[in-house]
Amino acid sequence: MNVRSQISMVFHLDKCIGCHTCSLACKNIWTDRRGTEYMWWNNVETKPGTGFPTQWEDQEKYRGGWKVVDGKLKLRSTDKRHTVTDIFHNPSQPTMDDYYEPWTYKYDELFNAPEGADQPTARPISMVTGEYINIESGPNWDDDLGGSPVYAENDPNFKGLSHEQRQQLFAIERLVFFYFPRICNHCLNPSCVASCPSGALYKRGEDGIVLIDQKRCRGWRSCIAACPYKKTFYNWSTGKSEKCVLCYPRLETGQAPACFHSCVGRIRYLGVLLYDADRLEEVAKLPDDQLVDGQRSLILNPNDPEVVAAALKNGIHESVVEHAQRSPVYQFVKEWKLALPPHIEFRTLPMLFYVPPMSPVMASKNDDTVESVSENFFHDIEEARVPLQFLANLFGAGHQAKVVYALKKQKAVRMYRRAVTVGDIDLKTAERLLTEAGSSVEEAEAIYRLTSLCTFDDRFVIPPMHREEAIEMIKDPHEHRASTGFGFVQSPERGL
Amino acid sequence: MSGSPFFLDEILFIVLPYLAFGIFLLVSIRRYIRETFTFSSLSSQFLENQQHFWGLVPFHYGIITILTGHVIGFLIPREILLWNSHPLRLYVLEIAAFIFGLLTMIGLISIIIRRATVPKIKMVTSWADWVLFGMFVVQILSGLYTAVFHSWGSSWYAAAAVPYLWSLLTLNPDIGAITAMPWMVKLHIVGAYLIIAFFPFTRLVHALVVPNPYLWRKPQVVRWYGIRKSPARPLH
Ligand code: SF4
Ligand code: SF4
Repeated sequence: MNVRSQISMVFHLDKCIGCHTCSLACKNIWTDRRGTEYMWWNNVETKPGTGFPTQWEDQEKYRGGWKVVDGKLKLRSTDKRHTVTDIFHNPSQPTMDDYYEPWTYKYDELFNAPEGADQPTARPISMVTGEYINIESGPNWDDDLGGSPVYAENDPNFKGLSHEQRQQLFAIERLVFFYFPRICNHCLNPSCVASCPSGALYKRGEDGIVLIDQKRCRGWRSCIAACPYKKTFYNWSTGKSEKCVLCYPRLETGQAPACFHSCVGRIRYLGVLLYDADRLEEVAKLPDDQLVDGQRSLILNPNDPEVVAAALKNGIHESVVEHAQRSPVYQFVKEWKLALPPHIEFRTLPMLFYVPPMSPVMASKNDDTVESVSENFFHDIEEARVPLQFLANLFGAGHQAKVVYALKKQKAVRMYRRAVTVGDIDLKTAERLLTEAGSSVEEAEAIYRLTSLCTFDDRFVIPPMHREEAIEMIKDPHEHRASTGFGFVQSPERGL
Repeated sequence: MSGSPFFLDEILFIVLPYLAFGIFLLVSIRRYIRETFTFSSLSSQFLENQQHFWGLVPFHYGIITILTGHVIGFLIPREILLWNSHPLRLYVLEIAAFIFGLLTMIGLISIIIRRATVPKIKMVTSWADWVLFGMFVVQILSGLYTAVFHSWGSSWYAAAAVPYLWSLLTLNPDIGAITAMPWMVKLHIVGAYLIIAFFPFTRLVHALVVPNPYLWRKPQVVRWYGIRKSPARPLH
């Protein structure tokens, strides 16, 4: 057992209202510079929809992630041999057209226009060339367009859905969508890291945050192609790649990342997990239907004395272990099995988990009266407006079992709470449903509390990072007393 | 010694090469240490994909082959001459060299057209890039001209130019063979020195950081803060 710690996340999709506050919080801090205008380290997609960049989930097109060939993990985008031959022109690199051309408006034309019969307008100009442009697409161009034949229908997750199922989704009275906020998953087996010819990408040993060393990055762009979630971006102005940094400067000072902090729906949870790094490769090679369980088995029980001993032996700080024991992520992922990894079939072992959405509230149709209690109420899950197979393609590598389990449990918790608060359901029935869903009254209460009543401190259990102690081992702080605070910062300019 | 006034040949073929290599070494090292961030090319594939392929691929394959040819000739001139002693083999070598030279030229032309016409690409093109393009055009054209009109280039390169280059390397410069060369060949040699001198200031430095360790490193990279090291080695 080789215990490591990893900052992990849960997004509760049922709570996301699609407000994009998270995206803007991130943009304002990290990506408002030249060359980064088009980047959205955090973005919120409408599902079904084509996403950002367009159809990123289609790995036939983008060739991201891993595949298993002859029992070996291979990058889909490049193997080592091809890195050499493809280095001049990367055949799998997306271009700006796959994202969008960033624009602003010529606002001064509003003020400087000569007096005339028409209202002056601020015309859009490209943020790349400064020329007037026709805006053809944007970062969330298909926002709220569930049911659209242009966007929703081209969602790569419709694989395996029957024609009828698809048609139903686009019928106006059945049309449905939900939101899918995305950041870098800070994967356990990151294909971005593995693909970098310069070795510029790395995973931080202490917390698992995946970063790009801007000085070592030489702009070969392999990570852009290799990340199946398209969460590394190429800065066309500096010639370097950039990605979500999980706001590590905030985490190091005990604050939640900006997108987490600002989340209006309070859908986001963050905590530390302990995992067994020795078994990564073995798990990443499992067949599709075993991947979810495999990844869960990597996550170790932080209350197990053996795990704790191994963690301490590996240099993980006591306080980190203690935070792992209180981690909301551990509860959602491992104890309750409510949160699932997105597209684990890409085999990067993402460490951001999603609680699949229930909405719209499911009720059985009975002569147009909405009946909220029905004996076969788990049956409703199969009849849900968001087809199960669609969710399974997103969160279960195409297999429904894990998604059904999570939805059933969520529904049972709802019924139970309804029995408690409204009382129109018999408590005995509710308890039976909980048992059927593999849950219990205590667990339902805990799920309810962490989902609905959670405070800031419940959602974000941020372990101390002990960076200051770690640095003491190689540098004597006293030696640096009274020296300049931040040193000299070099501006990211390229020169000739 | 030669017909050139003011020791021009001495300046061009003795002073210039030492100067060029000196600049190349010092500036490259300084830039690598002090301005690591800038030590790369500025890829523009993200902004334009199609023409990028038709320019960059022929150019790189062409120039790498040609440069490798020059280096091989420099290292084993005797073997080259031996190879060329057979006419058929000589023709094969000369034609192959010419084709790769042409490939480089075609690639460079598409690169220049792309740089000059695609609006987004213009935004990421600097004056230094244009100076480089100019130098490359002169270099490739003089090379192609030499290949066609001063036959057989591969043989006299090995017989005359290589000894001169070795004489430079061994700090005992002897330009006797060079001063007698046609002016197009001289242009080619001087052009090479100028490119070498300009090299470390430009995007060409990316050639110095070709990612070789990648081929044998482990796929995953983990960095630890401070001296705390992972006790067991990471995955695969
Ligand atoms: S989501 Fe993409 S960028 Fe983030 S760690 Fe995984 S592979 Fe790398
Ligand atoms: S801020 Fe929260 S609720 Fe709003 S879109 Fe982002 S994740 Fe969803």
